[in-house]
Amino acid sequence: MKLSVWTYEGPPHVGAMRVATAMNGLHYVLHAPQGDTYADLLFTMIERRNHRPPVTYTTFQARDLGSDTAKLFRDACQAAYERFKPQAMIVGASCTAELIQDDPGGLGAALGLPIPVIPLELPSYQRKENFGADETFLQIVRTLAKPTDRSARVSCNLIGPTALGFRHRDDITEITALLNDMGVEVNVTAPYGATPADITRLGAAHFNVLMYPETGESACRWMERTLDQPYTRTIPIGVGATKDFVEEVAALTGCIPRLDTDRLRLPWYSASVDSTYLTGKRVFIFGDGTHVATATRIAREEMGFEVVGIGCFNREMARPIRALAKDIGVEALISDDYLEVEGRISNLAPELILGTQMERHIGKRLGIPCAVISAPVHVQDFPARYSPQMGVEGANVIFDTWVHPLVMGLEEHLLHMFREDPEFNDAAGPSHHAHGAKQVSDAPDPIGAQIIWLDEAERELRKVPFFVRGKARRNTEAFAEARGDSQISVETLYEAKAHYAR
Amino acid sequence: MTTPGQISKGCTQTPVLRERGQHEVFCGLTSIIWLHRMMPDSFFLVVGSRTCAHLLQSAAGVMIFAEPRFGTAILEETDLAGMSDAQDEIDREVDRLLSRRADIRRLFLVGSCPSEVIKLDLAKAAERLNARYAPKIRVLNFTGSGIETTFTQGEDSCLAAMVAAMPSSDTAGLVIAGGLPDVVQDQMLDLLDRIGVKDVRLLPNRSSDEEFGIGPNTHVAFVQPFLGETYDILVRRGAHPVSAPFPFGEQGTTAWLKAIASRFGISSDHVDAVTEPARLRARKAVAQASEPLDGKRVFLLPDSQLEVPLARFLSRECGMELVEVGTPYLHRDLVGCDLAQIADCPTLSEGQDVEKQLDRVRAARPDLTVCGLGLANPLEAEGLATKWAIELVFSPIHFYEQAGDLAGLFARPLRRRAMLQVAAE
Repeated sequence: MKLSVWTYEGPPHVGAMRVATAMNGLHYVLHAPQGDTYADLLFTMIERRNHRPPVTYTTFQARDLGSDTAKLFRDACQAAYERFKPQAMIVGASCTAELIQDDPGGLGAALGLPIPVIPLELPSYQRKENFGADETFLQIVRTLAKPTDRSARVSCNLIGPTALGFRHRDDITEITALLNDMGVEVNVTAPYGATPADITRLGAAHFNVLMYPETGESACRWMERTLDQPYTRTIPIGVGATKDFVEEVAALTGCIPRLDTDRLRLPWYSASVDSTYLTGKRVFIFGDGTHVATATRIAREEMGFEVVGIGCFNREMARPIRALAKDIGVEALISDDYLEVEGRISNLAPELILGTQMERHIGKRLGIPCAVISAPVHVQDFPARYSPQMGVEGANVIFDTWVHPLVMGLEEHLLHMFREDPEFNDAAGPSHHAHGAKQVSDAPDPIGAQIIWLDEAERELRKVPFFVRGKARRNTEAFAEARGDSQISVETLYEAKAHYAR
Repeated sequence: MTTPGQISKGCTQTPVLRERGQHEVFCGLTSIIWLHRMMPDSFFLVVGSRTCAHLLQSAAGVMIFAEPRFGTAILEETDLAGMSDAQDEIDREVDRLLSRRADIRRLFLVGSCPSEVIKLDLAKAAERLNARYAPKIRVLNFTGSGIETTFTQGEDSCLAAMVAAMPSSDTAGLVIAGGLPDVVQDQMLDLLDRIGVKDVRLLPNRSSDEEFGIGPNTHVAFVQPFLGETYDILVRRGAHPVSAPFPFGEQGTTAWLKAIASRFGISSDHVDAVTEPARLRARKAVAQASEPLDGKRVFLLPDSQLEVPLARFLSRECGMELVEVGTPYLHRDLVGCDLAQIADCPTLSEGQDVEKQLDRVRAARPDLTVCGLGLANPLEAEGLATKWAIELVFSPIHFYEQAGDLAGLFARPLRRRAMLQVAAE
């Protein structure tokens, strides 16, 4: 048993719903009690979907447990088939139904429906949402995709985008255009927008583009083995990664590597002098493994930030994230406990967080600006405008998104110069945000409570820029404590500064 | 159970369409979202699965609070293997929680679908933890599971557990059962005070220090219609329920106050005299806000059990025509008075078969459909105006000063549609 307050991922059957809802002509019969129907609102409210997820819930109740819940399931399958006439069905159990062991897969198959009925085994008490999506899509592909002739022209499948994905809708548009520019056609995009009939045609593509390893990697591996389709490893988020992706596609296909950079603005925006203030900004990056890895590269190589910590909530990505952390000399945090993430952020006192909606709230509390780079999603992550993460436009979007929460370049210089003036006081925050941004808490830590700050030192501390003041206070206290000092003078402050300076 | 002088039977004799298909409703755990705010010294610990945690988070509007006073002890593979284990695990999680949260005075262990299917005995756990933490912390248990409870029934189940743990008392007094937002609660207490009803106790109470007893001299008035189990246990403990319509709108509030007044020997004229300015205000506000509703047809899908009292308000005070009133459960002891005041309701349904019900919605094409969040956007996309029902349990809607706001909640979708000049594709 593990106490959880907020979670990064839902249960695995929600992952299955993300696949089913992204597709057309597929229906999901889920053996589940009535409360599980809450999941519909994730799609209809957060993503503003204009139709219900194609899910029939058996909604069994306590009184059904003594009698025949299996019959309830069979009836629900039959009724769903007759009402929705899907091309294929997936069947499975949610956490509660898993306990009553009705075997939805066996029951579904035994009905003899004239369509493929694909059983899902999603262990609710071990795995989570991303696994559920990945496994569900794998089972659909395994059942429906068959070897077939390759298309005459070079083509690929886009694999991994789902409903409730972070900017999946716009990434598909961006990557499709990028591939078309190289002369590569998109055969099928799946699961997003695909029908079961489309899945049967996957084999016609020459290769697969794995857009999101979290939800598509197992299917890509299976297709590589069974349909002899190689798949791309580079996730084209960021300028460098997009260029690498183009090279990778060229190497797979023999096409000429071509990337239209006319509209690419990130490199110049980053080079322009207003961005000087971004230099060495200390950032903490947290989210799903794929978005964290790509964001780390952008932060270091394209924005000139200093990455002070990275981590991911999905354990499946622990290995690559640990390796990346080791490469860049930071510690990786692999955790789905947001209190632990908050603790890490609080200790590292970064100047910017690149995280999920969860870190956005942590940032709000700690007074640290945050830009969102990854699921779990919020209604805000489905903007009306075109807003991809991948490709050329994705890089532009990322530059804007990451810079937006910060104080702008010239403005920051003014803050330094005129920090005693009322117009430029620390509490003013970025001028393009209407609300007064909260400041990094520089309140004394409990550990330092017994150490006394002399007035003069306290005054000197106020002169330290507000966004690093909390860290300066903590460092000085730790330094004083280590030396066994009971009070902090201006001298202690500067000795600590020298001690921590690299 | 009609109020004295009620001649019409209204819809009390209308045959009820009972359905047992797919239910598109939340489970009782959802009640925790508002209950924890009404009891600031309490923590709600759900013993359940990742789904329970995800539901709470999604229903709460995604991560709004720093560290909320609710959480889920997520059952893992190892817990499912042996029972004695699970009890130890609960103890460990509770110890850890209480050591971190010194502000907690009441702890509710909340049962879920999985905890009930594996027959995890939370009553036993509560008893054991009580022995350890009483009197500083009170530990109670109730079920919010979706195999036993629907949405607002979680509050019912919680209040029933609180009543069961209350001491017996012969002291005379009035208990108001049902959670309300603070602002509304204060208005209610002020109204009762001005009418002359003293010694009013609240269930749920804001603090465990305000504990009171129940007995044969206790009178109970309900402000929420979904408290069937609480009603039953209060009656079993000797309390006397006051039958009345629910205090929605001007008419509902007046009738509710008069029923209580009558119980305490206070005349109807006195209530009229005391409430006259508020009644006029409410009537004017409802008339203004309900203008877009007049003559329009409304379909209520089953959700919070507020449907019958709201149907009374919409038909009697806002001039709406009812197409169908659906409710998860029809508890006649509680909503009988409201039912009696609904003049005409073609279909009254209990339970749900969501696909069939949506077929009826599509066939009837009502001007307004009151439904859950999962259904609202899909129906809007079919060209049907909707009102999300969940807003009705989160918003202040009771009593005179909120009567206009309540009508406004239903009118807003219609006003909005009239304003928008670009069609959604």
